Amino acid sequence: MKQKFNIITSTCVPLPLENVDTDQIIPARFLKATDKKGFGENLFRDWRYDKQGNPIKDFVLNDPTYGGVVLVAGKNFGSGSSREHAAWAIADYGFRVVVSSFFADIHKNNELNNFVLPVVVSEQFLQELFDSISANPKMEVEVDLPNQTITNKATGKSEQFEINAYKKHCLINGLDDIDFLLENKDKIEAWEKKNER
Amino acid sequence: MNTLFDKIWDAHVVQQIEDGPTQLYIDRLYCHEVTSPQAFAGMKQRGLKCLRPAQIFCMPDHNTPTHDQDKPIEDPVSKKQVDTLAQNAAEFGLNHFGMMHPKNGIIHVVGPERGLSLPGMTIVCGDSHTSTHGAMGAVAFGIGTSEVEMVMASQCILQQKPKSMRINISGTLGKGVTAKDVALYLMSKISTSGATGFFVEYAGSVVKDLSMEGRLTLCNLSIEMGARGGFIAPDEKTFEYIKGREYAPTGEEWDKALAYWKTLKSGEDAVFDKELYFDGADIQPMITYGTNPGMGMSITDCIPTLEGMGEAAQASFMKSMNYMGFQPGQQLLGHPIDYVFLGACTNGRIEDFRAFASVVKGKKKADSVIAWLVPGSWAVDQQIRMEGLDVVLKDAGFEIRQPGCSACLAMNDDKIPAGKYSVSTSNRNFEGRQGPGSRTILASPLVAAAAAVTGVLTDPRTII
Repeated sequence: MKQKFNIITSTCVPLPLENVDTDQIIPARFLKATDKKGFGENLFRDWRYDKQGNPIKDFVLNDPTYGGVVLVAGKNFGSGSSREHAAWAIADYGFRVVVSSFFADIHKNNELNNFVLPVVVSEQFLQELFDSISANPKMEVEVDLPNQTITNKATGKSEQFEINAYKKHCLINGLDDIDFLLENKDKIEAWEKKNER
Repeated sequence: MNTLFDKIWDAHVVQQIEDGPTQLYIDRLYCHEVTSPQAFAGMKQRGLKCLRPAQIFCMPDHNTPTHDQDKPIEDPVSKKQVDTLAQNAAEFGLNHFGMMHPKNGIIHVVGPERGLSLPGMTIVCGDSHTSTHGAMGAVAFGIGTSEVEMVMASQCILQQKPKSMRINISGTLGKGVTAKDVALYLMSKISTSGATGFFVEYAGSVVKDLSMEGRLTLCNLSIEMGARGGFIAPDEKTFEYIKGREYAPTGEEWDKALAYWKTLKSGEDAVFDKELYFDGADIQPMITYGTNPGMGMSITDCIPTLEGMGEAAQASFMKSMNYMGFQPGQQLLGHPIDYVFLGACTNGRIEDFRAFASVVKGKKKADSVIAWLVPGSWAVDQQIRMEGLDVVLKDAGFEIRQPGCSACLAMNDDKIPAGKYSVSTSNRNFEGRQGPGSRTILASPLVAAAAAVTGVLTDPRTII
């Protein structure tokens, strides 16, 4: 999972729905695993397959017109349950970037902790991106983490996105938070002593 | 500035990373079986032990069946997950309340009722409804599994400090209006993302007047407005509730703790990043009509029409209407329902059973309705029996099941069949939440009880 991140250029998979909750990303009945493998198979399970397990043709993941490692979704993506399985499913399916105009807090952290980059763009940029993909499913976006920019290559328009310097460093260098915390054990013990824990 | 949230947060800062998150000390970590196995696996892979095992409490709740808990779980995958938690807790030396243990129950019901969640604490769990514990005056929030592993390893978490919001609810609540209605009302006003990025303090006379159970319900639903967490400043009611509970401090420790807890309030000069004001008199018994908890209305209202909605919003709205089998503009009063679920970390406490029993007392369950009444813990179950509510419920045709999360998210056998309508006291009406194809209408225990005895959506005020 610790995949180093730099510049990604890819076609997009559009999901122009708002309030996509983590129960849709991965339904609860698939949370019974005790490891992190294979969740991609059940990404968007109930939108992707019918009751008999046959692919639902008009769902975007089943449509060969669309592909790539960038998922583009409507606002308030990842709301609801804190299940990190949702981020594991997105990463396991092969997505490296999720673009939306708004993310739910816990899910956003979960994506970052699994080396999937959540890119927050303006409503207008998002709408234009959906329009560009609809006009040409083979159009690409460029996501440049070092410069914190996303570019719609069909229109040439770019936007800056936010990420804190610490997390950016972690993603570019393939480091996680536990590596950091373990190096700071003395600070934890000092805090406990001072606060009588 | 100088909000209670600032006070508790600042008191737990180990360090502030430059242009990065805060390293925050965590007093209490709760673990359930669904979101912990991969964290334990990660710990083993790194060859780590838990830094502060005494501060970690584990219990299964999501997979547990609500019958025959004394027998092995039939579903082998559920059984493996529950067994894995027991093994991991033993291996890492953590507190564990297994199935059938008298202290077992839904983690967010057990924490407060055992005196494990206390004012001024930082509390986390791999579960978005960890916000529940905020009712005790704690900073409590849900986290992902990577973060669970972080806390196991270091008793700390790296987090960006959220912004602060105060939601003031003045006045009083009318007859038949509960904490659940207050929460559903707030979500219907500010949407499921209205508080995203914020930590919410609930204040005002309505909040003060709520019982501890009611406060737990209100804080539980903070995440459904997108909030990182929600809490209520502790007061005499809080202290009274905690005193004498099993893990609460005693003797000199109690006096010392109480003196500190009494300082836990936002300053007169506190500045919040956002403040919202509501009037309790405007709140009616609520139901949801759609597929997120923000799609709620007074039980006597009509579903909104598409007028004034943007294109993307219309698509999402109509997807939701089609799923639920409803029409924009439709009134739902009198609409037949199939299932009633009383329980979950939202409404599985003693007061919820009292409320439900008060409506069904002397009446009979409608023949067309299947009702699942699931206490939030064995302690709640015991209290129900002590108060004789089990007899009232039985006379009305209801049976009490064994504790667990149950039909809130249907990880056990308690699944609502496809296409069926469920009036549920749980927290989410997402597509498929209570089983593939299930149609959930969120409501208070009073509304659920009224539906259970009439078989249709009914304003509880007309029958109590």
